[in-house]
Amino acid sequence: MMMMTRRAGLAAVLALGLGAAGSALAAEPLKVGFVYVGPIGDYGYSHQHNEGRLAVEKRFVGKVKTTYVENVPEGADAERVIRQLAQTGHALIFTTSFGFMNPTAKVARQFPKVKFEHATGYLRGPNLATYMARFYEGRYASGVAAGRLTKSNKLGYIASFPIPEVVRGANAFTLGARSVNPKAEVRVVWVNSWYDPGKEREAAEALIAQGVDVIAQHTDSAAPVQAADEKGVWAIGQASDMSRFGPRSHLTAIVDDWSGYYIARVQAVLDGAWTSTDTWRGFDAGMVRLAPFNPAVPAAVKAEALKVEDEIKSHKLHPFTGPIKDQSGKERVAPGKVMADADLLRMNWFVQGVIGDMPK
Amino acid sequence: MSDAELITLSAILAAMVRAATPLAFAALGELVTERAGVLNLGLEGMMLMGAVAAFGTAHAGWGYAPAIAAGAAAGAAMAALFGLLALTLRANQVACGLALSIFGVGLSAFLGKSLIGSPVTALPALPVPGLAEIPVIGAALFDQDILVYASFLAAPALHWFLFKSRRGLILRAVGENHDAAHAIGYGVLRVRYAAVLFGGAMSGLAGAYLSLAYTPMWVENMSSGRGWIALALVVFATWRPSRAILGAYLFGGVTILQLHAQSWGIGVPSQALAMLPYLATVAVLVLISRDETKIKLNAPACLGKVFHSGR
Repeated sequence: MMMMTRRAGLAAVLALGLGAAGSALAAEPLKVGFVYVGPIGDYGYSHQHNEGRLAVEKRFVGKVKTTYVENVPEGADAERVIRQLAQTGHALIFTTSFGFMNPTAKVARQFPKVKFEHATGYLRGPNLATYMARFYEGRYASGVAAGRLTKSNKLGYIASFPIPEVVRGANAFTLGARSVNPKAEVRVVWVNSWYDPGKEREAAEALIAQGVDVIAQHTDSAAPVQAADEKGVWAIGQASDMSRFGPRSHLTAIVDDWSGYYIARVQAVLDGAWTSTDTWRGFDAGMVRLAPFNPAVPAAVKAEALKVEDEIKSHKLHPFTGPIKDQSGKERVAPGKVMADADLLRMNWFVQGVIGDMPK
Repeated sequence: MSDAELITLSAILAAMVRAATPLAFAALGELVTERAGVLNLGLEGMMLMGAVAAFGTAHAGWGYAPAIAAGAAAGAAMAALFGLLALTLRANQVACGLALSIFGVGLSAFLGKSLIGSPVTALPALPVPGLAEIPVIGAALFDQDILVYASFLAAPALHWFLFKSRRGLILRAVGENHDAAHAIGYGVLRVRYAAVLFGGAMSGLAGAYLSLAYTPMWVENMSSGRGWIALALVVFATWRPSRAILGAYLFGGVTILQLHAQSWGIGVPSQALAMLPYLATVAVLVLISRDETKIKLNAPACLGKVFHSGR
């Protein structure tokens, strides 16, 4: 009896969902859902995804209605949130954090008519696509500017956790800097947090005390930019333009820009042309870009970094082109060879020029 | 040592003091609260409310003194809520404190929504003429802002209050045996309310230090667990102000040293260091629990117990 009621209930919910989706074709706007791991006001990762959502709203006025859920913990709660969105007639759902992968895949199997897109993961299905950005391209280009601007040849990198994404970023930054300044070294400090303004600030100060004069970060708060501003060194912002926190120090920032991708995917659903894809694009798709350079940056340095950006964009240059040696001096990539995506995705070693250990 | 090394050492010491200041405020406040027999786990929430209130006030252009006062007041207001629930309504203190922490995280994020992304000028340093130039320790001790100086004074002042003054004696009596204190005519609830409000105000000051001086900005959850470290510190300090401030500098110092060690290229397992405060707390708990006399000397006997005046 209990089972029956539950089934009937589920059927009713499904019917309701399908009904909503069906009528969307007629006049109702397409409902698109977004699930964020952080607050949209973090001026970091989730904020940038939300900017993408706002761009979708702006582009498809009247045709698309978006919903977002912020601060969703990775785990059981996420599944509930995603299912809720699927049940309430959302035809396309973006889940924007790695930890949403399993819940997204699970809900996707239960709602074959709903289309799901998961950022930074690797599980795919007929109605589950994945997407991420080649942030390392931005880090390489900003590294070029850093390599030119440093006087001490000491660059700093505030790192969060030793996962391939972070290691790849630090390596790309180092390779970029050393492509124009072979004497440049990058000191990596791990703070073991995505987000702890106090600790990030202290990490920045520790680096500055070591003579570092350009700081890059793979953590989410603007505290390092602020600390750099106080001490009169350069800093490279993360995820969004952080110049308001360091008008003098903010060299540029590696900006995540999801709007183009989100608009394209919503358009595909509207056209009935959506397919499950695996997207990993960078400068070329506008998913990554550099924030406006500080006016104090010499024009030649700016031009050089922008030229590198252009070359990466047109696929003339790949940041991970050999010869690449690791910290021990062992050659990991042969001259002229480009690292395969599969190797980039599981990178767990530092390139030559990085000072600092991988936490074990 | 070369000049450069001396300058680095001086920078490290100054950073240690800064990292320790929020811990010291919050731990000293909680210490007084616990000495009165009340366990308030809501430090994180009170700290965040202090941070958002102080930042909002400074951001509105009302100046630093009102901003600091607003931070303390916001912390105290949260503590008053805790007092209402745990003291007047006699709800479970542990549950109320945890709820207060979570509530404070949410409420501060809600109130601070419009403040995100707009920095303020940091609380200015007030160098003490003559002393600030002392090599190595000058910058750490005499070239700091007003809140750091206040934290320097707080520990000796509280030590005097708790162990040398009559009111401190009454407060401890309430914490050790509330029935006896009540029987000889002390207002147990009144004393406990005062202690809880003081603890809240100190957590509020810790928050104000974070959002005005340490990282002059407001972002959600910016205390990042410092309230919990402060809570652990109280036990680590075995409820003594001098040890609490020592512990704050120890834990602040470990954080800073570990970051510096990394920038020198020395491999330190930073995750291991991150758990050090908690390990130390567990170790102290074990040590003082093994020895009965030590328990009697240190942990307030009525800590966390509900007081029924009618009995």
